[in-house]
Amino acid sequence: MPKHFLPHSALQSLIDVLAGQGYAVIAPQARNGSIVYEEARQADELPWGVSLNQAAGSSRTHQDGHSRCFAWANGPQALKPLVFAPSEPLWRIARTESGFAVEVDEMPKRPLAVIGVRACDLAALAIQDRHFLGGPHPDPHYGARREDMLLVAVNCTHPASTCFCASTGDGPEARSGFDLALTELDDGFIAQAGSPAGERLLAALPLQEAQSEKIEAAAAGVRRAAESQTRAIPGTNLRDALMARLDHGRWQEVGERCLACGNCTMVCPTCFCHAEVEQPGLDGSDSLHIREWDSCFGERHGYIHGKQLRPEISQRYRQWLTHKLASWHDQFGRSGCVGCGRCIAWCPVGIDITEEATALLK
Amino acid sequence: MNSPHVPQTARIVERVQESDDIFTLRLRFNDAAVQDSYSFAPGQFNMVYLPGAGEVPISISSDPEERTNFAHTIRAVGRITHGIAQLKPGDEVGLRGPYGRGWPLAEAEGKDVFIVTGGLGCAPVMAVIHYVLKRRERFRRLIILQGVKHSHDLIWRASYERWAQVPDTQVLLAANSTEALWPWHVGSPIDLVAQAEFEPAHAISMICGPEGMMVAAAKALKARGMNEADIHVSLERNMQCALGLCGHCQLGGHFVCKDGPVFSYPEVKALLERGGL
Repeated sequence: MPKHFLPHSALQSLIDVLAGQGYAVIAPQARNGSIVYEEARQADELPWGVSLNQAAGSSRTHQDGHSRCFAWANGPQALKPLVFAPSEPLWRIARTESGFAVEVDEMPKRPLAVIGVRACDLAALAIQDRHFLGGPHPDPHYGARREDMLLVAVNCTHPASTCFCASTGDGPEARSGFDLALTELDDGFIAQAGSPAGERLLAALPLQEAQSEKIEAAAAGVRRAAESQTRAIPGTNLRDALMARLDHGRWQEVGERCLACGNCTMVCPTCFCHAEVEQPGLDGSDSLHIREWDSCFGERHGYIHGKQLRPEISQRYRQWLTHKLASWHDQFGRSGCVGCGRCIAWCPVGIDITEEATALLK
Repeated sequence: MNSPHVPQTARIVERVQESDDIFTLRLRFNDAAVQDSYSFAPGQFNMVYLPGAGEVPISISSDPEERTNFAHTIRAVGRITHGIAQLKPGDEVGLRGPYGRGWPLAEAEGKDVFIVTGGLGCAPVMAVIHYVLKRRERFRRLIILQGVKHSHDLIWRASYERWAQVPDTQVLLAANSTEALWPWHVGSPIDLVAQAEFEPAHAISMICGPEGMMVAAAKALKARGMNEADIHVSLERNMQCALGLCGHCQLGGHFVCKDGPVFSYPEVKALLERGGL
């Protein structure tokens, strides 16, 4: 695929062209000390000059005054809530004289274009696609949002200390699943199409010729991003190793530190657990049946007729980690971890999945 | 939008109180076309929706060849099943299904069938007992081994007494504690595996009950000479979508709702023997 140069000044054109094609344009924005993905109309809404420090149990943005808008790794969420809604109605009922009638809302049709998708999130999206759409009962809610989505990847040049995508093989460079991929330099982006829609998009933008030194500088930035990662998952397939260590003392030890708050599962881009919840109207004449994100760390996840299958936090941590890093291979043909490091940064007590996996192998 | 999450309405055509807290509902879909196209295998389950309360997974307890209606035998144990227990003939519920993998009945033909159940009722294997008795010539010996905590937990007592008279059928009952006039074993049902008259090399076993009991029963059957692959268990997990999406029933590499609830023992042995998973 030929490479082009898109100056920073042309980012507004990218937003305008996408909006003109009918997309709601989602882009990262600095908000409350964090990076969030929300609808943007203006390029100046992006996090220009913003840097992000992430460590175990902490994540803080600060204004650095530099000239870039993607000089950070990731915020707590990216694509997951855009395709798998944190809470949404599945159906509703209305009481009738003879009983009740079931009604289903139509999905709103407004395709999303997301600017600034990281390689780890593309890898996670491929897993979620397989989970929600690849089985015998494809999910129409996920499918409707995913169908017309346009993805503009931005290769990672500024990984956080919590990042380890190089060790999972999922980043920092986006290799597939995008329409357009950008790599940021101080004055703009090296741009490359990844699909026919991306080609059409490039054709509508004020591109410049990409000089070879710029192409090389961009590639070097991504290379450095891989080399500078200090954390690593100890192996891309830990299935047999972890399933052979279900009685390891580390489960108990981490269970004593873990608060079972579920933050790791909420920020994890591959976690898909959700609860179905009934919300009856106050007068009893109607009722809404919704689904909302759930966590295997919660009290109700393992509940079955009066019994909790995993009463201990250590058992819940084991359930999560052995699903993510072990059983995931049986279900999805790969690990459920894409190395984004969110579960490390957003854990209030700083539990580090790479450290736990390493300790469990001992 | 055509969604697999959405239930169909069905009406209760009959309600039978089986014990203090166990009842059977016979149901028919309101839409005749839905009822006509509905078919299931014993061991499969439906999601039953109580309006305004929510859904619960319940196994189907009727014979698959009865096509005009189907039955659920339910124990009132939680919020939703207590609500369903209040319903009367003519009332409506929501239903979607059938879901999951049922018992290996085709594989069982021409073999001894050894059924082990523990706990109350255990509707999933009741469907199998009825299935085998109705097609008695297709199967060899039928062993029914049922354990209950207390003798007064045994429902369908008359049925067990009747089945014990059927040729080539052996009924073995056990209760951990009993009241007067309990003619059967006092203690664990596992003790009775040794008394079963069957040919382990040409048998298939179907077990339903608490996981600890199923593990103990599988070990006892293996000790009698049964092949582990011929032992099948029905598992219970929290199930909310029944579509393999919501994640609650994940057990190792399985989603119990779609890969089970019936598993051959080697598929889940390591996980069940561990517990806490």
